[in-house]
Amino acid sequence: MKQTFLGYRRENGRVGVRNHVILLPVDDLSNAACEAVANNIKGTLAIPHPYGRLQFGADLELHFRTLIGTGSNPNVAAVVVIGIEEQWTKRVVDAIAATGKPVQGFGIELHGDHDTIMRASKAAKEYVQWASELSRVECPLTDLWVSTKCGESDTTSGCGSNPTVGDAFDKLYAAGCTLVFGETTELTGGEQIVAARCRDDKVRADFMRVFDRYQEVINRHKTSDLSDSQPTKGNIAGGLTTIEEKALGNIQKIGRKCTVDGVLDKAEAPTHPGLWFMDSSSAAAEMVTLCAASGYVVHFFPTGQGNVIGNAILPVIKLCANPRTVRTMSEHVDVDVTGLLQREITLDQAGDKLLDMMFRTANGRLTAAEALGHREFVLTRLYESA
Amino acid sequence: MIHCVLHDPDDSVAVVVVEGIKAGTALTGLILDEDRTIDLECRQDIPIGHKVALKDMAVGDTVIKYGVDIGRVVQPIRKGEHAHVHNIKTKRW
Repeated sequence: MKQTFLGYRRENGRVGVRNHVILLPVDDLSNAACEAVANNIKGTLAIPHPYGRLQFGADLELHFRTLIGTGSNPNVAAVVVIGIEEQWTKRVVDAIAATGKPVQGFGIELHGDHDTIMRASKAAKEYVQWASELSRVECPLTDLWVSTKCGESDTTSGCGSNPTVGDAFDKLYAAGCTLVFGETTELTGGEQIVAARCRDDKVRADFMRVFDRYQEVINRHKTSDLSDSQPTKGNIAGGLTTIEEKALGNIQKIGRKCTVDGVLDKAEAPTHPGLWFMDSSSAAAEMVTLCAASGYVVHFFPTGQGNVIGNAILPVIKLCANPRTVRTMSEHVDVDVTGLLQREITLDQAGDKLLDMMFRTANGRLTAAEALGHREFVLTRLYESA
Repeated sequence: MIHCVLHDPDDSVAVVVVEGIKAGTALTGLILDEDRTIDLECRQDIPIGHKVALKDMAVGDTVIKYGVDIGRVVQPIRKGEHAHVHNIKTKRW
């Protein structure tokens, strides 16, 4: 396996594989101004979302952590933040600025959209021209943070594409990379297998605490056995019958050798290399958005029935072992591992095929989702607004 | 050609991995963990990705896949039949 890739080393030492200048709205009201600036200044990217007003407590903290983490992600070169008022805008700006990254904020109140868009456009133009002169440099593989989450899974996910991620994760873990998986509820039925893979009793206790908490949320709100939601209609159409079967397929993604070294809260950044578990939703765009906010720069997304997901700032590499999906939705598939199920390639070869695409993607190749314009950015909410 | 795959030799179901499997087809199944094959006859049409039963199962039996419990039988299943939500349910939630 190669030991280096070409990335952008940021002011805080972290390495990104993309060079985005983003327009980051603090709240739903500021989406229009961000989109107007992105339309004015070519090469910038607005990432609109529907939240940010009257949130409170842990839900508000998660909102800030996700926005600040997204702006701080090393795939982002510079940030223009726009909010309806200045105080929450400044909170996001100051936290991103602590990474050393260029960032400016604009509050709309007392200015209106026109004046805000004009001033923010001037800042965005300076940033995008500055960013366009940054160069990729050779970086050690250990600087690459890789996340995973599967979606529109079917039985071929557990037989083919998820074990392929597991093989690649085992190899990246041995190389000293920083990795993450999550999807708390989609471990139901396989939670003891994950617990047995935890590094020590402390990590195991942390994992079981967040797992049990999420089960309690399900039990409190469910109206049936959840068979209308988990597995999803797409999962069932693809042949998955129970949550246990789905979970056992899901955890193939963490390979056979690497241990779970720590537990992260949603959008929390890891503090050392190894494999992390992030307590998270199993909804694809929510989970991938949280991975980006935690600082991950490349994502492995195995699919069975054909999820089309991307992300605003995190390149999402999709792999598939279902020959029907590869035939009918080929434009969404970056890595075809159907050969695994016909004994045409080994798991070791499939893992290497994924890693080869990982290096190509890190070095600059656009993923299918990037080329097709998938820019999903979905914030996780914990409860109602005030 | 591999028609279906299973993870563990003791699994009670296998996953069909080719399209258009019809009742009466002689299936070749690959045991992924051992890289060897088994033979069985399919009794029903089974779509790609769906499961075929590898043995007769009675109501209340535990279904094994990946060598692990994936749910309980709620309608009798014969070897070679389609095993899915119409005859298997979760034990959780």
